[in-house]
Amino acid sequence: MVTGTGTDAVAAADTTSGERVAVLRELAGGVPDPELPVVSLAELGVLRSVRETGEGRVEVELTPTYTGCPALETMAADVERVLHKHGVADVTVRTVLSPPWSTDDITDEGRRKLAEFGVAPPRTGADRAGGPVRVGLGPTRTRTRGRETGTPDDTAAGTPYARDVRDPVRCPHCGSDDTTLLSRFSSTACKALRRCETCREPFDHFKEL
Amino acid sequence: MSEPVTALATAELALADDALVLSHRLGEWAGHAPVLEEEVALANIALDLLGQARTLYSGLGDEDELAYLREERDFRNCQLVEQPNGDFAATIVRQLFFSTWQELLYGQLTAHPLATKAVREVAYHRDHAEHWTLRLGDGTTESHTRTQRALDALWRYTGELFQPLPGLDADWAALRAGWDERIADVLGRATLSVPEGPREGGWAAGAGRQGLHTEPFGRLLAEMQHLHRSHPGAKW
Repeated sequence: MVTGTGTDAVAAADTTSGERVAVLRELAGGVPDPELPVVSLAELGVLRSVRETGEGRVEVELTPTYTGCPALETMAADVERVLHKHGVADVTVRTVLSPPWSTDDITDEGRRKLAEFGVAPPRTGADRAGGPVRVGLGPTRTRTRGRETGTPDDTAAGTPYARDVRDPVRCPHCGSDDTTLLSRFSSTACKALRRCETCREPFDHFKEL
Repeated sequence: MSEPVTALATAELALADDALVLSHRLGEWAGHAPVLEEEVALANIALDLLGQARTLYSGLGDEDELAYLREERDFRNCQLVEQPNGDFAATIVRQLFFSTWQELLYGQLTAHPLATKAVREVAYHRDHAEHWTLRLGDGTTESHTRTQRALDALWRYTGELFQPLPGLDADWAALRAGWDERIADVLGRATLSVPEGPREGGWAAGAGRQGLHTEPFGRLLAEMQHLHRSHPGAKW
């Protein structure tokens, strides 16, 4: 969060490097995501490191959510702006790919804010297939109770959507677990489009990655 | 244009060209996809691929120069990705062939930062292509016929995928075996047949990696590079 205290701490000459970096990290991490402004870069887990590399020189490492995420350039510009504003003359923002970002890097607070914003947060501990596995035309509707079709769709095991059966995506509006996948890609690559079968509202689901 | 200096750089250029060219082809669906959801899906897949291309190009040189100022013979993409979109079935078959290959290859390149990053995104591309293959193949007579036609037409471009790219630490024989098995399984369940025609050698296509491309690629490049070449350094 950008605060007056933060400004003072960056500028004050008698603060230690560790304290300054902590404040800088808070400033950079507090920058809102350009596409989902309810979550900050720190909550999204894309801020990898903040380092002082010299007098008035700071290097920030960001990692993209998706390789092609167009928001990354705006994030870098926003981080530069906020650090310049707080007295850092020379800001370098670098992009790092390793280790790859995962939706598990989104903090609990970030998840809570996404849900509040109407985006179903990604489930944690994403089932990742170690290479291609069989997909079937399983049901796109997920819920834990009252399935007409009997047994869960075992042909979907190991796919990015396999866990839908035992760990359904919940509607961020009404909390129902009876939701249907409408499209695997939504307004951005990181989201899928779903519809709630209880309150009938469509919603975005932040896909597990 | 200076040539890439290492085997890895040459291989990365080929992977980047694959991603850029397929991204451009998928972008051509904008405004033309059969339903809005697919319009969005294809654009998102195109964006992922463009991100892969940009990451690789920026490690090799100037992104704009590499994308917009090279001649046709300088591109190292496989011929599969430059094939025209055709109908929706043809686009899905091209996606199935390519994303299955890309996921398997990237899955092998565990020491490569971009491959390790992108492989999880590609899993969603492959998942999307497989679901559509199942729906189209096991759908109506019309969708089945069109999908089989696309399979037969694009099959000749699949052999090139398994030409080893020196510089990449990949087991190409295993890649091919895994791909064959995977494709046969999906097509079988989609009630489609694995084509029997040649996949390489003789008359069959497959020299994109050496800079030889099929006729539609020239038109693709002309459209893709037109703006940059006509207005050098233009920005907005």
